[in-house]
Amino acid sequence: MAERYQQQTPLAHFGLAARATSDQNESARSVRLGEREFSGQINLRGDPGKKAFMDAVSAVIGSRLPTRPNTSVGPEDLQMGPRVLWLAPTEWLVVTSPGGTEEVAQSLADITAECGGTVTDVSDARAVILLGGQHARDVLMKGCPLDLHPATFVPGACAQSLLARATVILYRGADPAQTGESAFEIYVARSFADYLWTWVEDAASEYGARIIEG
Amino acid sequence: MRLASGGRIDRTRSYGFTFNGTQYQGHAGDTLAAALIANGVRLVGRSFKLHRPRGIFSAGAEEPNAIVQVESGAYTLPNLRATQVELYDGLSATSVNTWPSLAVDFWSINNWFAPLLPAGFYYKTFMWPKPLWHTYEKVIRRAAGLGRAPMQPDPDTYDHMHLHCDVLVVGGGATGLAAALKAGRTGARVVLADEQSELGGQLLGNRQKIDGASGAEWVATAAQELEALADVRVLTRTTVFGHYDHNYAALIERRTDHLDLIASGGERREGGTRQRLWKVRAKQVVLATGAHERSIVFRNNDRPGVMQASAAACYVNRYAARPGNRAVIFANNDSAYAAAIDLSEGGVSVVAVVDARSDVNSDASKLVKAHGIEVISGHAVVDVNGRRQVKSVDIVALDEVGKVGASGTRTISCDLLAVSGGWNPCVHLHCHSGGKLNFDAERACFVPGKTKLAVRTVGAAAGIFDLTGCLESGSEAGALASQKAGIRRRGRVRKVPVAEIESTEPARPLFHVPSLKRGGDTKAFVDLQHDVTASDIFLAAQEGYESVEHLKRYTTLGMATDQGKTSNVAGLAILSEVLGRPIPQVGTTTFRPPYTPVTFGALAGRDVGTLADPVRKTPMHQWHETAGAVFEDVGQWKRPWYYPRDGESMQEAVNRECLAARNAIGLLDASTLGKIDIRGPDALTLLNRIYTNGWDTLAVGRSRYGLMCGEDGMVFDDGVTTRLGEHHYLMSTTSGGAARVMSWLEEWLQSEWPELDVRLVSVTEQWASASICGPGARRLMEELSKGLALDAEALPFMAMSEGRVAGLPARIFRISFSGEVSFEVNVPSRYGMALWNILMTAGEKYGITPYGTEAMHVLRAEKGYIIVGEETDGTVTPIDLGLERMVSNKKDFVGKRSLSRSDTSCRDRKQLVGLLTEDSTEVLPEGAQIVAEARPLPPMEMIGHVTSSYHSANVGRSIALALIRSGHSRLGEQVFVPLSNKRVMAQIVEPVFIDPKGSRLHG
Repeated sequence: MAERYQQQTPLAHFGLAARATSDQNESARSVRLGEREFSGQINLRGDPGKKAFMDAVSAVIGSRLPTRPNTSVGPEDLQMGPRVLWLAPTEWLVVTSPGGTEEVAQSLADITAECGGTVTDVSDARAVILLGGQHARDVLMKGCPLDLHPATFVPGACAQSLLARATVILYRGADPAQTGESAFEIYVARSFADYLWTWVEDAASEYGARIIEG
Repeated sequence: MRLASGGRIDRTRSYGFTFNGTQYQGHAGDTLAAALIANGVRLVGRSFKLHRPRGIFSAGAEEPNAIVQVESGAYTLPNLRATQVELYDGLSATSVNTWPSLAVDFWSINNWFAPLLPAGFYYKTFMWPKPLWHTYEKVIRRAAGLGRAPMQPDPDTYDHMHLHCDVLVVGGGATGLAAALKAGRTGARVVLADEQSELGGQLLGNRQKIDGASGAEWVATAAQELEALADVRVLTRTTVFGHYDHNYAALIERRTDHLDLIASGGERREGGTRQRLWKVRAKQVVLATGAHERSIVFRNNDRPGVMQASAAACYVNRYAARPGNRAVIFANNDSAYAAAIDLSEGGVSVVAVVDARSDVNSDASKLVKAHGIEVISGHAVVDVNGRRQVKSVDIVALDEVGKVGASGTRTISCDLLAVSGGWNPCVHLHCHSGGKLNFDAERACFVPGKTKLAVRTVGAAAGIFDLTGCLESGSEAGALASQKAGIRRRGRVRKVPVAEIESTEPARPLFHVPSLKRGGDTKAFVDLQHDVTASDIFLAAQEGYESVEHLKRYTTLGMATDQGKTSNVAGLAILSEVLGRPIPQVGTTTFRPPYTPVTFGALAGRDVGTLADPVRKTPMHQWHETAGAVFEDVGQWKRPWYYPRDGESMQEAVNRECLAARNAIGLLDASTLGKIDIRGPDALTLLNRIYTNGWDTLAVGRSRYGLMCGEDGMVFDDGVTTRLGEHHYLMSTTSGGAARVMSWLEEWLQSEWPELDVRLVSVTEQWASASICGPGARRLMEELSKGLALDAEALPFMAMSEGRVAGLPARIFRISFSGEVSFEVNVPSRYGMALWNILMTAGEKYGITPYGTEAMHVLRAEKGYIIVGEETDGTVTPIDLGLERMVSNKKDFVGKRSLSRSDTSCRDRKQLVGLLTEDSTEVLPEGAQIVAEARPLPPMEMIGHVTSSYHSANVGRSIALALIRSGHSRLGEQVFVPLSNKRVMAQIVEPVFIDPKGSRLHG
């Protein structure tokens, strides 16, 4: 059977875990960077106009699918249940905790099969870069044309856009405890992860970045 | 000369700098121009064409003369305006257009030949004899050179920043500050950008008062208030250089250019990013860009010591630097009177104000007279004496219609002539985005007219030249912009700041004082930077260049790096005079970005070096790198090209890899191939409509090769599609075409066939893919996948199975691009590296050999398999490729109709064939042309070209694929490939060189 050691995250070769341990530079805290490892990603397609579909999905994920563009539902902590990001009028990204992907995917597939839902496990298709801290937003502003003002791109907002020269899904998480800080997740196609990580680290260097564990 | 006191410079900080090799001292707060003036340097540059000596003319962005190269080596920047270069310790600058030196300029001989170098000389001369043009051109280009581009890599970094706001205020002078304050107080998101090192604009350089306080004090209070507003961002040293549709603006912020260079090795400044390009999207824009003072055209008006009146005052007030000792003011309006007083109080002996207006009775003029300055009304300066600096000026009476009287010339000695011909609003940004201009006859200037964007131009930029008016219009625009941006709050109501009331009498429009000397107007300069004179404009008009756009191109008026900031309007006015048409009918030229030059570094930002373009890597990339693979770019992907072992050449490595694939086991990283998951009850219908071949008979668990065409019937992409379930397919595409095919399918589904119930998901990145081929492939696979039936009966060619390979969850496809028995194993990407390592370890005993894209190309060419993009180029149909059997006549598909056009169905199209050279070691160059009949020299009729060509170790000779006219009916014929040094003979053959029956493939 497949073992944990046989799995690699898209950014495995950067040795981020080791860097996170050794990088205790307390003074450089204005940007935090890391890779979230192996959280599940499920692409869900379906017709939000079909009550049966919407009800079926609610039964599995515990909340109603978001229909307002660029919003999300679900808990901040994935251990508490899946989070759903709106991607398009008929498309969502269901993010789950590492262990729970297959179960959620299977339940969704079973329950929506009859009402035109399509469920695709794409957990390996994207890397998830974690970006937080006081200057997290400035780092994004260097490469993303969207309006990321804290009052516009509020906690829970998500969007598909460009970051530098890579297509990404951006998600803003709940604000960290420290005031003035914000936290983002950047979903980027696996093959672009190496490029984008290099870009983000470069963009963050101006503010002083610290590597954190995902 | 430096004044004993005053100015905004920091006298406690002295900076040493060099200009053209000479050491000088300046202070913090100086510009290079100010420091030069303080050091008494009058001569700062040479003009572009005639190499006439030139001095500092302005104190801002409009400077046409003092163009300098700052620093040298990797750090150098050419063509900067000394009036905008902030002084720092150790700065080193040179004039850009001199040889061998500024003082002794060889090319100043051009000045003697000025009458021979009129407008359009470039077009009229040097054209004969024609072959010599190239020689002339080199000499002319050197004579007319500007600064030198840096030749070394740039040690600095530049970056970009996106920003959204409610209100973008351009210009931090009195008007812009009033606007930003008003908008900022409502809580609007405001960006205020100003090109100078500190806010204040003209207030820094004059002595006007607001609300009883000095201009500088008022600015400091305003800046403090803005600082305290949470959503207001003030960007100084930031030029808004372009304004585009949808209120998109481009800003360049100079972040470290004003800091000392650190002498440590790389010559690099501290402070990080040198320049930042801001890309601002604003709901509302307020343009408070101010105005440039206009000169007046008269003979020798370019002599060092002739300067804008406002600039002269600015040097005294702001920099405590005296631009001359004995000044004459020449004006047609009131604003120069304040300058006269400022100069006088700054210790300059102001001899006279020469005013073109006949009755001057303003308060300002009375004040000037009270300072003991003579006011000579109804007169104009007609000539300047002195070569390297002004020595005296000739003045003459001006009659009602602007004619000069021949008699009564009076000469006044002076070393500074401060000129004010009125003001030109800076309408550049308004015009960048398509705004129109109106000519305001009363104020004799162009003011902004209609615009399609949410833009308000205010203050001096709108032709409002009194300070109170500027403050009012700024405040009003700030409030309105905020309201229009959707901000409901009104902000605290504050009194609009008021300036001291200035009495103003109307200006007398005066653009040109005709010379009294014969031919004198050949020295009367309109465009100082490009040496365009009044007589050039006369000549152009006389030769029929009456349109202003033609005038510009013929004379190069306004085409220098200053883009005619001080010359365009004067040029138009003179043209209007010559043509006898009013100025509005003559029109204006187009204003284009950038407002001032922008460095390439800033435009490139971080998209340089390794970040220039994304590099896409497969899950197995690190293995390839460690194995020493040489990579090939396939789109943005890095794919292993070949894996050389010690000392192997590329050909040796490729030969080894090709032989292993047919005799042992070859292993290819196929992860880059596009994969699209297709689901829904109408999935089959979609496939049938997109692919040229039929899909009705494909069973679950089986694969089929498909070709797709564009609407033009030309091959667009190809790949294998597998049926995974009743309504579930997995389509594979070419590596480079993945995104294109996905968009193509979505386009058809969304815009043409919305009735189809099909959903597409790209899963390219979800799966890592390893292709295992060769006679040992099945044995290895069986060893690793116990319990899976992989024999030819259970899993035949073009079948698919799901299961575990070495414990990893996998899909196994019996598809082949090599013509060998082949298993393509897909595992979730996280397992890609594990799978590869397992295959390499377990396959070692069978001689498993990783091969790259080059071997892949050779192997498929041996079988005559096409590659989209090699054998096709957008002009090739499936039939041309010999794939008629893949074109269904039982159904409709995209491109079908195009295949029956007379052009696509004719018999003499280029068709895919094989080519064998007579000499089996000869490898033809790809792209080489093919002829039927060889002649010693062209022309020869070209009947086709080589599309792929390799040495094949398996065949033991060179092989090639080619597209040849009517190729399918020419098998066996002899053709020729003429190359630069020889002619190669080849025979047309079937495009299959190995295993034509396919027994290896199906085995």
